Amino acid sequence: MTEEQATVAAPESTAPTDEDVILELNDVRTYFELEEGTLKAVDGVSFNIRRNETLGIVGESGCGKSVTGQSILRIVPKPGDTQGNIWLRRNGETVDLASLHPSGREIRDVRGRDIAMIFQEPMTAFSPVHSVGNQIMEAILVHENVPKQAARERAIEVLSQVGIPEAERRVDALPHELSGGMRQRAMIAMALVLRPKLLIADEPTTALDVTIQAQILRLMQDLQKEMGMSIMFITHNLGVIANMADQMVVMYLGRVVEQGSVEAIFGEPQHPYTQALMQSIPRIGLTRGERLTSIAGTVPVPLNPPAECGFSSRCPKFIPGRCDADVPKMIETSPGHHVRCVLYE
Amino acid sequence: MRAYLVRRFLFMVVGWWLLSVVVFIVIQLPPGDFLTNYIAGQEQAGTFLEREEIESLKLYYGLDRTPIEQYFYWAGRFVVGDLGRSFGSWRSAEQPVTKILAEVLPFTIILSTLALIFTFAVAIPIGIYSATHQYRPGDYFFTAVGFIGLAVPNFMLALLLMYMLFKYFDITAGGLFSPEYALADWSIEKVIDMLQHLIVPVVVLGTAGTAGTMRVMRGVLLDELGKQYVITARARGVSERKLLFKYPVRLALNPIVSSTAYILPGIFGGNAIVAIVLSLPMTGPVLLTALRAQDMFLAGSIVMVEGALVIFGTFLSDILLALVDPRIRQERAAAA
Repeated sequence: MTEEQATVAAPESTAPTDEDVILELNDVRTYFELEEGTLKAVDGVSFNIRRNETLGIVGESGCGKSVTGQSILRIVPKPGDTQGNIWLRRNGETVDLASLHPSGREIRDVRGRDIAMIFQEPMTAFSPVHSVGNQIMEAILVHENVPKQAARERAIEVLSQVGIPEAERRVDALPHELSGGMRQRAMIAMALVLRPKLLIADEPTTALDVTIQAQILRLMQDLQKEMGMSIMFITHNLGVIANMADQMVVMYLGRVVEQGSVEAIFGEPQHPYTQALMQSIPRIGLTRGERLTSIAGTVPVPLNPPAECGFSSRCPKFIPGRCDADVPKMIETSPGHHVRCVLYE
Repeated sequence: MRAYLVRRFLFMVVGWWLLSVVVFIVIQLPPGDFLTNYIAGQEQAGTFLEREEIESLKLYYGLDRTPIEQYFYWAGRFVVGDLGRSFGSWRSAEQPVTKILAEVLPFTIILSTLALIFTFAVAIPIGIYSATHQYRPGDYFFTAVGFIGLAVPNFMLALLLMYMLFKYFDITAGGLFSPEYALADWSIEKVIDMLQHLIVPVVVLGTAGTAGTMRVMRGVLLDELGKQYVITARARGVSERKLLFKYPVRLALNPIVSSTAYILPGIFGGNAIVAIVLSLPMTGPVLLTALRAQDMFLAGSIVMVEGALVIFGTFLSDILLALVDPRIRQERAAAA
């Protein structure tokens, strides 16, 4: 990672020069202006994703990880507004997605074709009154000028590719006729039918049984190899990150608190929050009677947040006068491993 | 789908039967029977009936039998189109009920259907606009207009529209035809004249259901707009307009279609005062006079026919619902 990404809130940003970086977020801020004040759901997030790489984003509910994903595709619900730079490399040039109109033609062109997204709830992700095939075909027909019959054949093909048996028949099924696991496969099929360069997976396995979870994760890995795409995997499940990701980003209260390779962070978690997260995972070898550590308190709501480390109210290593004085800087502690904590300043 | 239709059809028939029982009880409720009222009426008018005449009328109305037999006798005659006789509450003439209904029923049905279409044609687009422009000036405007429309009595609106049409467009809105066409033969001019006269009643009767339907459309659509399947469709690059009409609007139509079942009785029931104000040949005024004069065969027949039409309307909306929502076709078929 370059020095430039390590700095926070760089006022001016230029498009990334590294050919291998397909998406780069630079100081992305998504705020919701509410009557109660400004909700800073994403507050100055910077990271990048490389070709064929899987980036895991972890954090508790409400840390802004999902809104980060939505910000990239510009599908943040109202009244959310996204600022900063979201550089996407497409067709040899770079586009700043954050500068596009959220319902304009350019961003619609990117959605589904360059970047696709799958969601947590396979139950509600399909319109209940349209067939699964209809909605997959729509993804094709919106972007490509092909006859309906050709789109239908591709829909059947992609459905069998994600492991749905009897795809010729299932293509006409209504969503409620498929099981949860099947529906999640169908959603993946819908996202991948145009072979996007980046797949944003927002907790895609959270609503599924554990056995189905493993199948879906395996499927995603296989398809990633087959199609050659990058995955941005949003989850609260560290185990899934350890399994799937190459790089990882830990988010807390709308900010990135630690980022680096999965090996580096699991090997030596530096931020007190990351350390606390790691201690809350159940592991084999835990002594009988020993309790899992939980993190005291809850994630505050980032409504008009004060300029301080967001974790200070829950941090066991809190230093009065320092942690609550300003937002800590992002520091590179070893090559590629960054942490936002005063302990390392 | 076929099992679903058969089931719905059977429900309709059962509904008709239950309605007929209620209507028969209503007819029987007033003290004395139809014949004593009739005889009393005739005596007041100075005509005294012969004993044989009374006996034959008793036989005709089946008054010498048990109530249950009377019900079947009445219902049997109803089915073949003999609705009994009105003893003269309407236009002071003792005449068959069917003759009175033939005058007012077709027009009432046409007008009610047009009013229903007006309700949907106005309420659905406004509901869509309000939902997609929530808390913006347009939404507030239509909400205000809708509530005013709900609060203003129908006859008031009728008078106001009549006045404005006459003053600014020189159209007389009362009645069904202008005086010069009333007795004329049917011609294109007469049809145009009639259509002009239909505007006010359709608008007046239609606005009653508009405010409610508008709010339902807005509310349901707002719910649907936030659903995951809308976001999923947006995330695959579908344009906002196509997205809106293909998914949430279609799902939001579902409760609107089922609400036909309660908009229709509102239109039937609400037509009395409007029809009097606009002097239109509708069932409302006839029902009102019949009830006041205890002309029970006439009143009962109107309630029966209109009730039967509402049940039929519900049956139609069930079919429509099954066409809009494939899930209903399947689930109900499985349950049948």
